[in-house]
Amino acid sequence: MATLELSMQDEAVSAPVRRGRKLGLLFWLASGWLAIILTLAILAPVLPLQNPVDMDMLERRAAFSTEHWLGTDGLGRDELARLIFGARVSLTVGLIAPMIGLVFGGALGLLAGYFRGRFETLVVGSMDVLLAFPPLIFALAVTAYLGQSIPNLTLILGVLGIPAFMRVARAATLTLARREFVIAAEALGASHARILLRELLPNVILPLLAFFLLGVAVTIVVEGALSFLGLGVPPPMASWGSMIGEGRESLDVAPRLAFLPAAGLFLTVLAFNLVGDTLRALTDPRQGAL
Amino acid sequence: MPLLTIEDVAVELPTPRGNLRAVDHVDLSLEAGRTLGIVGESGCGKTMLSRAVLQLLPRKAKLTGRVMFDGQDLVRLDRESLRQLRGRDLAVVFQDPMTSLNPVLTIGTQLMETIQEHLELDASAAKARSIELLAAVGIPAPEQRLAQYPHQCSGGMRQRIAIAIALSCEPKLLIADEPTTALDVTIQAQILDLLAREQQRRHMAMIIITHDLGVVAGRADEVAVMYAGRVVERAPTPALFKRMHMPYTEALLAAIPKLEITPHTPLPAISGRPPDPTRPLQGCSFAPRCRYATGHCREAKPGLKGAERPDHLYACFHPIRMAEGIGA
Amino acid sequence: MLNFVVRRLLAILPVLLAVSLLTFLIASLLPGDLAFVILGDQATPENVAALRRDMGLDQPLWWRYLSWLGHVLQGDLGRSFRTGQTVLQAVAERIPVSLQLMLMAEFIGLLIGVPVAIACAARAGGAFDRFMTGSAFAMLSMPSFLMAILLIYLFAVELHWLPATGYVPFTEEPLANLRFFVLPALTLALAEWPGIMRVLRSDMIATLQEDYIALAKAKGLKPSRILFVHALKPSSLTLVTVTGINIGRLLGGTLIVESIFALPGIGRLLVGAIYTRDLVILQGVVLLVACGFVIVNFIVDMLYAVLDPRIRHGHA
Repeated sequence: MATLELSMQDEAVSAPVRRGRKLGLLFWLASGWLAIILTLAILAPVLPLQNPVDMDMLERRAAFSTEHWLGTDGLGRDELARLIFGARVSLTVGLIAPMIGLVFGGALGLLAGYFRGRFETLVVGSMDVLLAFPPLIFALAVTAYLGQSIPNLTLILGVLGIPAFMRVARAATLTLARREFVIAAEALGASHARILLRELLPNVILPLLAFFLLGVAVTIVVEGALSFLGLGVPPPMASWGSMIGEGRESLDVAPRLAFLPAAGLFLTVLAFNLVGDTLRALTDPRQGAL
Repeated sequence: MPLLTIEDVAVELPTPRGNLRAVDHVDLSLEAGRTLGIVGESGCGKTMLSRAVLQLLPRKAKLTGRVMFDGQDLVRLDRESLRQLRGRDLAVVFQDPMTSLNPVLTIGTQLMETIQEHLELDASAAKARSIELLAAVGIPAPEQRLAQYPHQCSGGMRQRIAIAIALSCEPKLLIADEPTTALDVTIQAQILDLLAREQQRRHMAMIIITHDLGVVAGRADEVAVMYAGRVVERAPTPALFKRMHMPYTEALLAAIPKLEITPHTPLPAISGRPPDPTRPLQGCSFAPRCRYATGHCREAKPGLKGAERPDHLYACFHPIRMAEGIGA
Repeated sequence: MLNFVVRRLLAILPVLLAVSLLTFLIASLLPGDLAFVILGDQATPENVAALRRDMGLDQPLWWRYLSWLGHVLQGDLGRSFRTGQTVLQAVAERIPVSLQLMLMAEFIGLLIGVPVAIACAARAGGAFDRFMTGSAFAMLSMPSFLMAILLIYLFAVELHWLPATGYVPFTEEPLANLRFFVLPALTLALAEWPGIMRVLRSDMIATLQEDYIALAKAKGLKPSRILFVHALKPSSLTLVTVTGINIGRLLGGTLIVESIFALPGIGRLLVGAIYTRDLVILQGVVLLVACGFVIVNFIVDMLYAVLDPRIRHGHA
């Protein structure tokens, strides 16, 4: 479900079943899928695609043909073009929003975990306030005030991700700050800035980056949910979520209009989860600390 | 016929580094009402051996041999019969009372569930019996204890409760696996005395597993010393302490701190480490650490056999002869 | 115990206050003046200024917050300028629907997640365990609106077994009411069980390694008693945590599911308020939902104490 409660996945995957050091076939399949989708999304404007917003009222819900490889939607727009341009929107929001969380949440968590004391209490406390809002409801409410646009959507979803990134960074920092190399640096009289940037950051960034991929998956889901409700990207722009929402109207006559973008969304989210989870397991500082 | 006969029991555990032979073809027997002490340092396989008797080995462990208990081979017994045997005829007290009691169930529940599982008693009779048992193991105000949780009791108290649970169905055999290791020194003797007293009263057989020869001295009828999964010396307790033959047993005894030692003398620890159980040695497994070892010891494995007394067995080519003084 | 409750209660007060402030600020600072929204086409500068004065929008921000908070504390969250209904009336009308949906979803989720977790933990690493762990992972990547579409397509469009949308109150037609709730609740439950199952499974696997489980086996207890009493009870704490965390997810989920299945609950009220730009309802509902969420988390904390005697007696 749409959620930013990423922290849960932390405990969830710490299963004692031994996770092979090898990355495994699934990991590579998932990476391959992501590479394809990313390439298509980036190259969308130069690909020989039809205009995704051009309507053709005579060719509504047309079947697969050489002209429209994947047919047309309820307004006669080319389904393939909309899928690929939809991927562009989903991925843009999905990749940029977690970066906001990564940068701000990561920095806050690092500082809170290192300096502790009042600063930590303040940071953790304000994150608790942010977490008090069910994420989707918060996102909906703020979009309602700010207005629907891709930058607004990205910003809101990014802010929503901050608490989760803060928790990951803080937890990793707390573990690391007790380790010998940090204590040694402190004993040698290194400045706070030096310890934070040279000793802690390089070690905290790995789990954060792995978590980033999981954040991408969650953001794509939330963006999809908002667009599905018609409250995400403004029409006529295509996003996988809005395409599923539009396809819902014709489930009885043309179920593919909902299921094609649904499959794209599901596979992409699954791939991000798979890759992120594999990397998370590899970079977990708690395992490294042993 | 002995109550318990362990015949040629071997336990292998698969590990990433290869198979680990935790118990290496052990034979032991125990008569009803008697006490057997199994002594050895940690990792020698004594706990695995006790788990083999209880049939509580890890799922992946491979067990061969026979464990004859009361006329039945436990290794081949079906799960349901085994379950009915456990707790009723075959009871156990584990090492750490802090972890062996369930933290979220009351003491009363943990006692009564065993009683009601195996004896046909209704709730009130089971409760009465629980109170009786707690009183027998020396717990004051037993009625109140029933409603309490394990964390509300001290370590010694918890071990008494664990013993009460073990005794609850009048078992024929009680296995006490390092019952005092996790306890304060002052409590240790009390718990051992409690075990000995209850054993006498209930006429049950008991196996005490320990790393401390001092624990079995005077309490066990017979002692088996284990090293690297094998029994290396076995004798009636008085005979063993009078004349030990195996250099490892001697080293174990020397490792017990004694009161008469002058302060600041270093304790005579056993030098070296037990061999890697995934890489069995060709010869005697104690040879690398033994000060009497010769080339022969490193090439051939000594068998467990008795020389001057049939009930005193040892596995050594160069047994210590106390009368002749130490030295080869 | 009482001490514990009071301490926790004091800790959530500042959070509630901050939640109210944030809700207020979102509504007040962001563009989209209420007066313009209400007046719509008739917005002339004079009309707007008059309405702003009437609504107190010309007062300083801190003053508006305090007076708003004062009203909120007296139970006055405002009145929709579209329907004339007060926020409390609107919410009270719809809460039973959302509660029924969430309870049914959580119930079905637990009904699937708990047995699967126990079965997986009992034979960790086995074929069933690997299959279910894999399925749970895949299901976690399945957004509920996808699940809803899939279920509607299967059970309503293709099989005609269940209605896709609609609602009647339980008090009027219990059976019809349940039929309307099956698909929405199932949608949410199918998103819920993987989380429940994964957390409970790894917790149970750890518990089954404990000495007290070995002792329970040595006591000759029945396998069912060992699994359900000795292993599940210590893990129930985790279950409560997951359920507590899930409330937030569920609240978000009801929003979507209520919209898809046309159930007149809180989520639909909120989405409707956004569509019609009914900002008073929006602000009130967000505040109530956030406060409700904080309070639910507080109750979850309390449940810990009931479940774990160690916390209850101050040992944790």
